[in-house]
Amino acid sequence: MCLVKAQLTIMMIALGRTVAVLGIAGLFLFSGQTWAIAADGPVAPPPPTSSIEQALTQVTSEDESVREAAIRLLIEQGDVSLVPQLDEIRANADRSVRQPIKQLMDLFKNRAKLTSPNTDVRRSAAMDLGTSGKPSAIPWLDAAAANEPNRWVRYTMEESAALLKLASDDPSIKAAAADTLGDLRSQNGVPVLKQLVEAGDGAEASEPQKTVAKAAGAAIERIETWGVWSNAIETFFRGISLSSILLIMSLGLAIVFGLMGVINMAHGELMMVGAYATFVTQQIFKAYLPPSMFESYFLTAMPVAFLAAAGFGLLLEATVIRFLYGRPLETMLATWGVSLVMMQAARVYFGDLTAVIAPGWLSGGAQVMVGVYLPFNRIFIIGLSIVCVLGIYFLLFRSSLGMRVRAVMQNRNMSACLGIPTRKVDAYTFAFGSGLAGIAGWALTLVGNVDPGLGQNYIVDAFMVVVTGGVGKLAGTIVASLGIGGLNKLIEPSFGAVYGKVFILVMVILFLQWRPSGLFAMKGRNAD
Amino acid sequence: MTDGTTGTNRGGGLAFWIVGFVLLVAMPLLNVMPPEDSWLHLSDFSLNRFGKFLAFAILALGLDLIWGYTGILSLGQGVFFGLGAYCMGMHLMLTIGKESVYGSDLPDFMVWNQVKELPFFWKPFFSFPAAVLGAILVPMLFASVFGFFAFRSRIKGVYFAIITQALALAAWLVFNRNDTNLGGTNGLTDFKQVVGYRLSEPFTQRGLYVLTVLCLGGAYLMCRWIIGSRAGRVLIAVRDSEQRVVFSGYTPANYKLFVFVVAAGLAGLAGMLYVPQVGIITPAQIGVLPSLEMVIWVAVGGRGSLAGAVLGAVIVNYGRSILTNYFPELWPFILGGLFVLVVLLFPDGLVGIIRKGKSLLSPLKAGVGKAAVPEGER
Repeated sequence: MCLVKAQLTIMMIALGRTVAVLGIAGLFLFSGQTWAIAADGPVAPPPPTSSIEQALTQVTSEDESVREAAIRLLIEQGDVSLVPQLDEIRANADRSVRQPIKQLMDLFKNRAKLTSPNTDVRRSAAMDLGTSGKPSAIPWLDAAAANEPNRWVRYTMEESAALLKLASDDPSIKAAAADTLGDLRSQNGVPVLKQLVEAGDGAEASEPQKTVAKAAGAAIERIETWGVWSNAIETFFRGISLSSILLIMSLGLAIVFGLMGVINMAHGELMMVGAYATFVTQQIFKAYLPPSMFESYFLTAMPVAFLAAAGFGLLLEATVIRFLYGRPLETMLATWGVSLVMMQAARVYFGDLTAVIAPGWLSGGAQVMVGVYLPFNRIFIIGLSIVCVLGIYFLLFRSSLGMRVRAVMQNRNMSACLGIPTRKVDAYTFAFGSGLAGIAGWALTLVGNVDPGLGQNYIVDAFMVVVTGGVGKLAGTIVASLGIGGLNKLIEPSFGAVYGKVFILVMVILFLQWRPSGLFAMKGRNAD
Repeated sequence: MTDGTTGTNRGGGLAFWIVGFVLLVAMPLLNVMPPEDSWLHLSDFSLNRFGKFLAFAILALGLDLIWGYTGILSLGQGVFFGLGAYCMGMHLMLTIGKESVYGSDLPDFMVWNQVKELPFFWKPFFSFPAAVLGAILVPMLFASVFGFFAFRSRIKGVYFAIITQALALAAWLVFNRNDTNLGGTNGLTDFKQVVGYRLSEPFTQRGLYVLTVLCLGGAYLMCRWIIGSRAGRVLIAVRDSEQRVVFSGYTPANYKLFVFVVAAGLAGLAGMLYVPQVGIITPAQIGVLPSLEMVIWVAVGGRGSLAGAVLGAVIVNYGRSILTNYFPELWPFILGGLFVLVVLLFPDGLVGIIRKGKSLLSPLKAGVGKAAVPEGER
């Protein structure tokens, strides 16, 4: 969870930066553009400059009614071109009038941003206007919504307009706005709608208040029903997403386990190697290549991560695992020792916190439905897991190396007799499994920081997947990771993450009662 | 893997009494008798620290029983250690009484967490005998339930190791929670007294040390007895070939469960003795990593040898306490390297090295005695 949170913060920072930059750019760009619109047709006839100038001087007036009248006039007739002037006035103004001027400026800026070419800017401007509480923004939002090409920005504009209408004095407008919010399934509208329902509940509530409350109640009900469904969809998606992370991690582990009966406790650290390889690639791109190439670092990092982890795997096989064949428990302990050393080495060399900046095309997400937002990086990982499974399938079942691997898996001695170099097959398979770990690490940089403990976060879950899935069957690993990942996310909302884990452990133990050697156990005499 | 029945040989008897004398009489005397500036003097701190290592040695004995003799690798011994430690810790927490920072009858962390009433599972631990019994029986009970399901379905080898590791992770997560009312990340600490004796007094600590030595001696004798018994021979047979044991008409699951439960009891006892001597127990001592470290104690000392387990626990922990003091960054390298080295080059640990050295010194004896020992595969 921590990972997700960190990821969110990074995304927010990145987003904030773009918004700020665009906002500043917008000030210069759109002052011209709105002026062009104003000059274009009868929509907004050029206001008599004298009254605006008069109002500008009155904004700082001592008299509150004069001040308010001036602000009202400015809202009606002014536009974003006044912002520099207002800013100047504000800088010299008394503390008490700064706040309204600030609001006025924000209003103008947001209005200008409604026509920005960037959808995110338009959307956040619409959202800001919706929470500003200024009814004068309603026509702007309506006008912008009518011309809006993007479905979700239009949605936000309509939602914001409805939210502003809810504050209207006219009960029929209120009820209509509540209806609109219900139509839109707007989660943002719920708090205000609830207030309206409460206002209508009181004994002294007037008749119009009651009709509004009724409309609001109906809207809330629709919104909440929708919320349940969209939640279910999102939970499902999160489950699939966790499952695919587990799957990519477990595939390498499971292949090695199936072939050599070895659980590689350093698998998590091989993932870490992949993640750091990605990080280093990023740094090299940043330092030596033109910024225009930077976006492509991520795809370049994939083979780098694979090869780096595979290289480490070969080394590990040649120096440690080779000498421990037929002693699975000892192998486990030795590889754990290796994992400790690797983790500490990374900590000493890289320090504790290093983050990989996700490339632009993977940040953000797709809104599929109201309230259902699917981040691109998760979708990417799901896609990657499918690619990995297909790749392994072809390698294992459609290539001559795969045939040898399967032969050794089924009967090592017989394969050796038939001339298969079993030790070489072992080494290559181990390197391949390690490379898969590297790819998993590469993918994990999308959802979290790169730190020495990266491998430890999911590794026990991955072990459980391998144990539950059974030895040497691809299908077992897929089903087990789907089961464990899905179950994890399914019970997390009701039990909490911790008890969810405990629950899964219990489930796995009970499951092993029923199938002691996993889902798809190898049948035959050599299955000890 | 060499023969594991060396615990019963005659030569071990004398060594046992010598080591027992040194630990039980000589060391406390060196703490009390010589003046403080004498080179013979053993400081309170050293004695206390040594007591902690000996508590670990009790756990190592149990781990050696299941891993060294029966061939079951449990990566979750920290859980049983933690259960024992928390049982005693809860009792010590309750005896603090009004002396706590907030002056409440409730433990401090409950006051922080705004728990108004003592949770029901804390109540039995007001009594000291209940805490002592609980510290040993709760881990045993837990181990028997867990072990029953695990061994019944013939989970073994790597599978068992993974499952116990997951158990350690789960226990660590649960003990870290605040809503389980076990002190959360901070654990239980700030103890004041045990059965009326102040824990800050050197006398109390000396007493705890002596108690630990006695418990270690008792545990050692019990383990030796188990190994020497008929059941012990079955355990070793299970390690060397479980299938042959099945075909000989035994039920390995029962023997495994028995030894697993005994090991859990010893781990609980170790935890119980650890807490008053160290003065704190947190989830950090019971997670995945500590549980794995326990395995290396036995591996370094020499599995399949009870003396080796004790030796390993003391030496590794002594090394740890020195090295983490001077080179904290280096310790994980050493621990990891030690693991690889021991597993690859010295599968029988220090005891194996000593034995090899002995056999080199007396080639005649080695030629007769060692040749008959079969090489246990897997």
